Amino acid sequence: MSSYDTIIIGAGHNGMVCACYLARRGQKVLLLEAANEIGGLAAKREFFPEFQVSVAHSISHFSAKVAKELNLESHGFINPSCSLPTVGLNRNGEHVVLAHDEGGAASLSGVSEKDLASFKNYQTLMYRYAAMLKPFWGTVLPRIGVSGISKAMTYAKLGLKLRLLGKSDMREFMRIAMLPARDLMDEYFDNDLLKALLSWDALIGSKMAPRSPNGPVVSLLYRMGGDFEGAHYLPENGIESLIYSLRSVAEASGVETRTNFPVEKILIQRNESGLKVEGVTMPDGEIITATRVVSSADPHRTFIDLVGVENLEIQFANRIRRLRSEGYVAKLHLALHGEPKFNGLAGPEGRMIIAPTMDTIEFAYDDAKYGEFSRQPVMEVIVPTRYQSELAPPGKHVISAHVMYVPKMLKSKWSVDAREEIKNKTIDLLAQYSPGLKNLIAHAEFLTPEDIESNFRVTGGNWHHADHVIDQMFMMRPTYEAAQYSTPVPGLFLCGAGCHPGGDLMGAAGHNAAHEILKS
Amino acid sequence: MNQYDAIVIGAGHNGLTNAAYLAKAGLEVLVVEKNDYIGGAAVSRELHEGWIYSSCSYVCSMMRQAIHRDLNLTKHGLILVPYLGNVAFGDNGETLVGYTDEEANYNALRKISPHDADAMFRLHADLARYAQLIRKTLLRTPPDPTSFRPRDVNELLWFAKQFWGLGEKELYEYIRFFTMSAADYLEDYLENDLIKATMASAGIIGTALGVYSPGSAYILLHHVMGDVDGNIGAWGLARGGMGAISQSLAGALQESGGEIRLNAGVRKILVKKQKAVGVVLENGDELYANIVVSNLDAKRTFTQCMDEDDLPPGIFKKAKNFKIRGSSGKVNIALSGLPKFNGVPNNRYVNRGGQAFVGSLETMERAYDDWKHGCWSKDPFIESVIPSAWDPTVAPPGKHWMSNFVQYCPAELADGPWTPEKRNTFGQIIVDKIERYSPGFRELIVHMEVRTPHEIEAEVGLTEGNIFQGELTIDQLLFNRPFPGYAQYRMPVKNMYMCGSSTHPGGGVSSACGANAAREILMDLRLGNTVPDDDFYDE
Repeated sequence: MSSYDTIIIGAGHNGMVCACYLARRGQKVLLLEAANEIGGLAAKREFFPEFQVSVAHSISHFSAKVAKELNLESHGFINPSCSLPTVGLNRNGEHVVLAHDEGGAASLSGVSEKDLASFKNYQTLMYRYAAMLKPFWGTVLPRIGVSGISKAMTYAKLGLKLRLLGKSDMREFMRIAMLPARDLMDEYFDNDLLKALLSWDALIGSKMAPRSPNGPVVSLLYRMGGDFEGAHYLPENGIESLIYSLRSVAEASGVETRTNFPVEKILIQRNESGLKVEGVTMPDGEIITATRVVSSADPHRTFIDLVGVENLEIQFANRIRRLRSEGYVAKLHLALHGEPKFNGLAGPEGRMIIAPTMDTIEFAYDDAKYGEFSRQPVMEVIVPTRYQSELAPPGKHVISAHVMYVPKMLKSKWSVDAREEIKNKTIDLLAQYSPGLKNLIAHAEFLTPEDIESNFRVTGGNWHHADHVIDQMFMMRPTYEAAQYSTPVPGLFLCGAGCHPGGDLMGAAGHNAAHEILKS
Repeated sequence: MNQYDAIVIGAGHNGLTNAAYLAKAGLEVLVVEKNDYIGGAAVSRELHEGWIYSSCSYVCSMMRQAIHRDLNLTKHGLILVPYLGNVAFGDNGETLVGYTDEEANYNALRKISPHDADAMFRLHADLARYAQLIRKTLLRTPPDPTSFRPRDVNELLWFAKQFWGLGEKELYEYIRFFTMSAADYLEDYLENDLIKATMASAGIIGTALGVYSPGSAYILLHHVMGDVDGNIGAWGLARGGMGAISQSLAGALQESGGEIRLNAGVRKILVKKQKAVGVVLENGDELYANIVVSNLDAKRTFTQCMDEDDLPPGIFKKAKNFKIRGSSGKVNIALSGLPKFNGVPNNRYVNRGGQAFVGSLETMERAYDDWKHGCWSKDPFIESVIPSAWDPTVAPPGKHWMSNFVQYCPAELADGPWTPEKRNTFGQIIVDKIERYSPGFRELIVHMEVRTPHEIEAEVGLTEGNIFQGELTIDQLLFNRPFPGYAQYRMPVKNMYMCGSSTHPGGGVSSACGANAAREILMDLRLGNTVPDDDFYDE
């Protein structure tokens, strides 16, 4: 039996970031990962002999602060010089392309002069708002209603920043923050493809569609807080370089990592003075003790499965159970004999979005909300081998696609046939944009949200752990009693995407959690 | 005479309220109305001989008691009669009967779900608390959060105090409630789908949102924060139809010397040197006034009654972007007898209340999906009431009239403009649906009038037939209503004000918008305030 200062459950990027910070401050840290490989959803995996891919296929806002403080660059995580272009695919080849040059200046092609001018205004305004919110993603947002000058200061600062926008921009912010993506786009643009493309990042990952209010714009601003102002990029050595660099920093800081080590329960001691975390237990009965346990697993898994409702106050347990965390994004992975050709594109460059109009997205969502297949799904496609040829044998390629909306709870229940059906449907749709694709396919893998849940231990298969909607964000993420990384169980902390600021490969949750732990 | 102290455009209930308070302060006020009757959407009309239809709005709950009392509306003929019960119909023939009597209601719920019968106490207590807070804001002018003027700062502090005073836990619950969907919110409390659907229906009425759309929980509150004779959450009818409300307000206005001119639609608001100076009527007459108040919705006011050149830059665009979406229709039916509904005891509790054809949460959401596709709901949500069952003045003896509010019905159809044939098809869908629950219903029909958003707009002037004069979403509520920076009833042109439901606190027959606007106008004129403060009851 061994004892640690901190046990961290889950070696996803947030768990690793948290581990690095704690270990660098002298803590004895044990990082436990249930899977064979570290990295969670960003882990590179072989889905077909010699073909590799990770579920997360691009980065939009990994915290620059974390990268700098942990010196990830010298461990191999190197930002590219420019981001991936985003391409709104059109069947006839008349695409809308949004790209950023090396200086970060955006260029938009395929739209009218009017839309181009509107885009400049739109972009200026949105970046202002994104920049205003940016510092708060990396800050612990204190509980409201609790006294204390330093805590109230966080909100005072937010209020001041809002006020410093000036009267008219402040007013506009308070209006558009809760707007549905559709209304925002309709106010600015005419081009359907452009509108769908720009609303994509406001919606993906959560149970939201273009007409849903109260979430998408904030979600969009969250993503716009990155190095490339919201544009996605691939680090020089691929997504996995993020994971490998974090592993390397963790090793150098003395973090002990064990893979293939699923935690069975968080061990909790009850006595007269209340509850206290003692450590974790393994399926074979082994007990590892620690002063504190930090979970980067999602809130549902952490509290309901690992802590157990018997240790929780009933209302708290209910709130965790009621978190909206049902996943609606599936992954399609294709192993290809050759490079896929897309109508009207010289090469399969960038992030290609198949969503002709905002209505297409809305109607795809409408089907899925009843637990049915979308009659016409929408998707985001990347050919990672275009940037990293080592992911496949020479001359061969991989397609990675996020497909929306695929319900975790299929009304007719998930089965091998159901998965085949939606897989073929998705490939058929993709082939409409890439004729000849079907002849190139060596293997196709389709991960439904249910598969993602069971393979990666993420409740609902939701990569945000809980939807990005106002009532599950900020000082309410995942719920107000656990939003400052500490939980109602003394000694238990959260550090995953289910806490402020949220999901995507950002690392801020891990960073904020470590700071809160080091303060206590 | 063509010179007044103030001209109010539109004799809807808010316009009349506004005018009544201005007149009470001693101003010479003229209300101009395009129709040959007053009331706007709060109107009683004899559209079939012997039958008096509340042809647009049909129930009352949000009318501010303080105004009711202050303007002595009872003396001017307003009598509100509360519901005694209601009934909701599910998809599979289940019914849920509701009673105003708590014990009877509890027993009725228990028959369907014992869990929900207990949970309903908690739900109602929570809703009542949320409503209590909102109710306090109804007769107040929203503060401008960007302003440092003492009045705005004080008012902001007042708001902050109200919220802060709730305590931490309650505050989080509020945020959740204000941003969630009605279905998600109710999921926290209830388990039975019919009960959830019945409650959730209040979250979609009048809006272009579905029960699963975030933000619909707040709208639910908008429908439970009213009261009838101090019974919070109760709904009632105005005896003689909704027109009684407008008539009584007009009575109060005329008592103070105010004037109403019918058949006087406004073509343009006259603006000189960035000041409103009067109106041009459709017949070409010009009327002048020191103050011009528009009771029309924000979109209509700016895009139809004003020149873009008369407005500061940006306002026209704001008005164009103002969300005022047509989502509902209305079918008024004259009946030769009282319809009987399957599975419902034909007693006075049920007859003296509403009938809600809710189906299920999914049925209602699918009805919304149809709307998104630009067609009317194939299986719509219908909220009906048979006022003649407890108001003998609206139908001949032994006969009845039924009001059916239908959701969803788009203002513009995907397959081309509305035609009389399409309107009839839409009406038949409503009759077919009611017939499913009330066999023989069709034979009772004496006369029927179908209103799509198209008819509502043409007659009442509400853009797209939106009953709230603008969506009640956070981006258009409180200091954002109708546009950020213009929430204090003063419009971008000097001496011009707005007093309709496009302003805070929004739609519903509350008279609050009109009264709030009057208070601001009187303040600008440095006249004594005639508008009463709201009164609250602590539960």
